Amino acid sequence: MESQKYNYAIVRSFVVWSVVWGLVAVLVGVIVSFQMIDPDLNFPPYLTFGRLRPIHTNAGIYGWGVGVIFATFFYIVQRLCKVPLWSDKLAKFQLWFFNATIIASAVTLLMGYTTSKEYHEMEWPIDLMIIILWVAFAINIIMTIFKRKEEQMYISLWYMMAAIIGVAILFVTNSAAVPVSLFKSYSAYAGTNDANVHWWFGHNAVAMALTAPPLAMFYYFLPKSTGVPIYSHRLSIVAFWSLIFMYLWTGAHHLLWTPVPDWIQTLAMAFSVMLIAPSWGSVFNGYLSMNGQWHQMRENYLVKFLILGITFYGLQTLQGPMQAIRTFSAFIHYTDWVPAHIHMGTMGWVSMIAFASIYFLLPRIYGREVYSIPLANLQFWLILIGQLIWSISLWVAGVLQAGMWNAMNPDGSLTYTFMETMVEMYPYWWARAFGGLVYMLGLIIFIYNLYMTITKGKTTTAQTAVAEGRA
Amino acid sequence: MWEKKPVLLLVMATVAILVGTIITMVLPFAWVNTEADRIEGVKPYTALQQEGRDIYIREGCNNCHSQTVRPLVSDVLRYGEYSKSGEFVYDRPFLWGSKRTGPDIARLGGKYPDAWHYKHMESPRSMVPKSNMPDYGWLSENQLDPQMIRRKMETLGFPYTDAEIKAIEGKNEMDAIVAYMQKLGSDIPWRESTKTEIVGDLVNPYAGVDHGTMEPWEELYQQNCAACHGTHMEGEIGPELVGEDYDDEILFQIIYTGIEDNGMPSFSSLGTDKVWKLVNFIRSYRQGENH
Repeated sequence: MESQKYNYAIVRSFVVWSVVWGLVAVLVGVIVSFQMIDPDLNFPPYLTFGRLRPIHTNAGIYGWGVGVIFATFFYIVQRLCKVPLWSDKLAKFQLWFFNATIIASAVTLLMGYTTSKEYHEMEWPIDLMIIILWVAFAINIIMTIFKRKEEQMYISLWYMMAAIIGVAILFVTNSAAVPVSLFKSYSAYAGTNDANVHWWFGHNAVAMALTAPPLAMFYYFLPKSTGVPIYSHRLSIVAFWSLIFMYLWTGAHHLLWTPVPDWIQTLAMAFSVMLIAPSWGSVFNGYLSMNGQWHQMRENYLVKFLILGITFYGLQTLQGPMQAIRTFSAFIHYTDWVPAHIHMGTMGWVSMIAFASIYFLLPRIYGREVYSIPLANLQFWLILIGQLIWSISLWVAGVLQAGMWNAMNPDGSLTYTFMETMVEMYPYWWARAFGGLVYMLGLIIFIYNLYMTITKGKTTTAQTAVAEGRA
Repeated sequence: MWEKKPVLLLVMATVAILVGTIITMVLPFAWVNTEADRIEGVKPYTALQQEGRDIYIREGCNNCHSQTVRPLVSDVLRYGEYSKSGEFVYDRPFLWGSKRTGPDIARLGGKYPDAWHYKHMESPRSMVPKSNMPDYGWLSENQLDPQMIRRKMETLGFPYTDAEIKAIEGKNEMDAIVAYMQKLGSDIPWRESTKTEIVGDLVNPYAGVDHGTMEPWEELYQQNCAACHGTHMEGEIGPELVGEDYDDEILFQIIYTGIEDNGMPSFSSLGTDKVWKLVNFIRSYRQGENH
C-alpha cells in the first residue's frame, strides 16, 4: 500500500508538541487574567503581566497555531499530492528547531528581551530562528507539491501556498531592525512608519497564519468528516483570490484616528468591509456543503467542531469589519471589547478547527480509535461555553467602559475619571478569568483523551484507516 | 490552469499579496517622517530618557498603556492635545499600544512632579487606590550601565555628550523611567496653547451649604487630591492645605487650571461642578479643623 510510505511520524510529533504549547498558552492566559484582577499576583521581575502576556500570545500563535499548521499540513500535503513528504530529515530538523524556537522565545521574553511589537515581540536572534523554521517548512511543502502524483491541486493546497508566501513577506519585513546587542535591537522604521508597517504585519499575520491555514484545514477535513464534497468549487476559487488580495489593504484599521495618513485608514476601512464577501464565501461554502447532511451535527462530533468553528469564523468576519469602521472604532477601540473579539477568533474559530483536525488525524496517524467520543463531546461544550463566557463578559465590559469614557456633563466636561471607569471592569475580569478556567478544563480533557487514545485506544484495522483516509 | 501549476499559483499569490502591500505599506514612506510632517521642537531622546524608554519596553508597559491621543472630544479632554505624526520621528519602535487597561500616557510629560512618579511607580495603589498596576519599586535597585547606553545612542544616531553619559553613573532604572515619563508628549507647547482662560466672574454655586451636604464630596477629594496633599490635607508631594486660606475664586482657579511651574495639574476635565465641590470641601474642612 502506498500509504505506508507516508511520513506520519512527523505528523504525530507535531500534534503532540503543538498541544503542549497550546496548554502553555492557555495556562499563562489564565494566570495573566488573574494578574489583571489582583496586582499582588505579579512577581517581579520575571512574572509580571507585562512580561507574561507576550508569552501567552506568542505561545498561542507560534506554539499552538503554527504547531497545528505544521502537523496538519504535513498530513494534508502528502494525502492530496499522493506522495510522501519531500524530505523526512528536513521535517525532523524542523520539529526540533520548532521546539527550540518556542522555548527560546519563552525564556527570552521572561528575561525582558522584547521588541514590544505585538505578536512579534521576540528579539532579532529568535526572528532569525523563525525565518529558518519557515523556510524549512516552505521548501518541504512546495517540493512535495512539485513532485505530486495528483495533477489537480485541491483548495487546501492553494491556501497553504498563499500562507507560506504571505507569512514570509510579512515576517521578514516587520523583523527589520538594527541590533545593539544580542538581545536588544531598534526597529528599522520610526514612529508612524513603524506603526503602519507593524499593523500591516499584525493584521495579516491573522490572515496568513490564523485564517488561510485553518481554511485549508476546514476545506480538507469537512468533506473528509462528512463524506460529501465541498458545495461549490467556483465559490472557493472566488473566495480564495479575493481573500488574499483584499486582506493586505486592511492593516491600518488597527490605527484608526492615529497619526497614520487618513487615506490609508480609509482604504483599510473600505477593504475591511469588502472582506466580508470572501470570508462569508467560505462560510457559505461550508454551510451549503452540509445540505442534506445536517443530521451529522448530532451524530458526528467532528462535524460539530467544524461547523461551530466556521460559524465563529463567520461571526468574527462580521464583527471585525464593524470594528474597522471609524465611528465604531472611535467608541470601542482600546477597551476590553478588542481582546473579546480576538479570543472569539482564536478560541472559537482556529482552535475548534484544530481540535477537529487532530481528532480526525488520531486514528489515521496512530492506528487507534479515539479513546472516548463522550469525552470529546464534553470537551466541545466546555470550550464552547468557556469561550462564550470569556468573550461575552468582555464585550459587555468594553461597551460599558467606552460609554463611561465618552460620557459628558452638561458643561462639556467628562463625567468620569479614568479610574472610575476602570474599577467597573473588575466583575467582568472575574467572569473572563472564570471563562478561561472552563476553557482550560476542556483543553485538559482533550489532552487526557489524546493521551488515552495514544496509549490505550482500540487498534483500527489497517483497511478502514486507509479507506477513510484516502484523499 | 493555475490549479495545476504550482509555480504559477505561487507567482499569482505573491502578486495578489504585494498590491495592497505596496500601496498601503510601502508607498506611505514617501510622505511619512519627511519634511512634510516635521515639527519644530521635537527633539531626540536624551541618553537617560532613551534608557527609560527601553525599560518601558522591557517591562511590557505598552501592553496596558497606549501612547496616541486621538482627535476625539473625549480623548482630548481626558489626555490632552491629539497626537501628531511628527512627534514620533525618533520612536524606534513606536509604542502606540492597542489597549488602555491603564490610561493613555502620550501627554503625561509635565503633568505631575517627579516625586509623584517615584511614589506611584513604587506603589501605584498608594496614589490610586483601586489601580491594578503592578509595583515597580524594584527598578530603583538596578543601576544603569552608561557604556551600554552610549552604544545605544550611537546606534540610534542621537546626539549626546560625554558629560551626559557620565551623569548617568550612579543613577538607577527608576530615574530613567521617570525621565522618560516626563518627556512624553512635551516637545510641543500644548499645555500653554490649550490652557483654559476663565473669563467673567466666578460665582460659588455652593456658597453657604452645610457640612452634611458636603460630606459625600470627600470622595472627590480622596480620589483626586489625597495622593499628593494627604488624606487629611496634611500635605506630602503637594503642600499642606490646612491653614492656607485662599478665597473661593482663587482656589477654584488653582484647581481648574493648575500651576504648571510647581507641578499642580489642571483638573478642568472634572468639570466646573466637581471643582466647585472640591473648593467648598477643602475650605470647610479647614474651618472644621479650626472649630
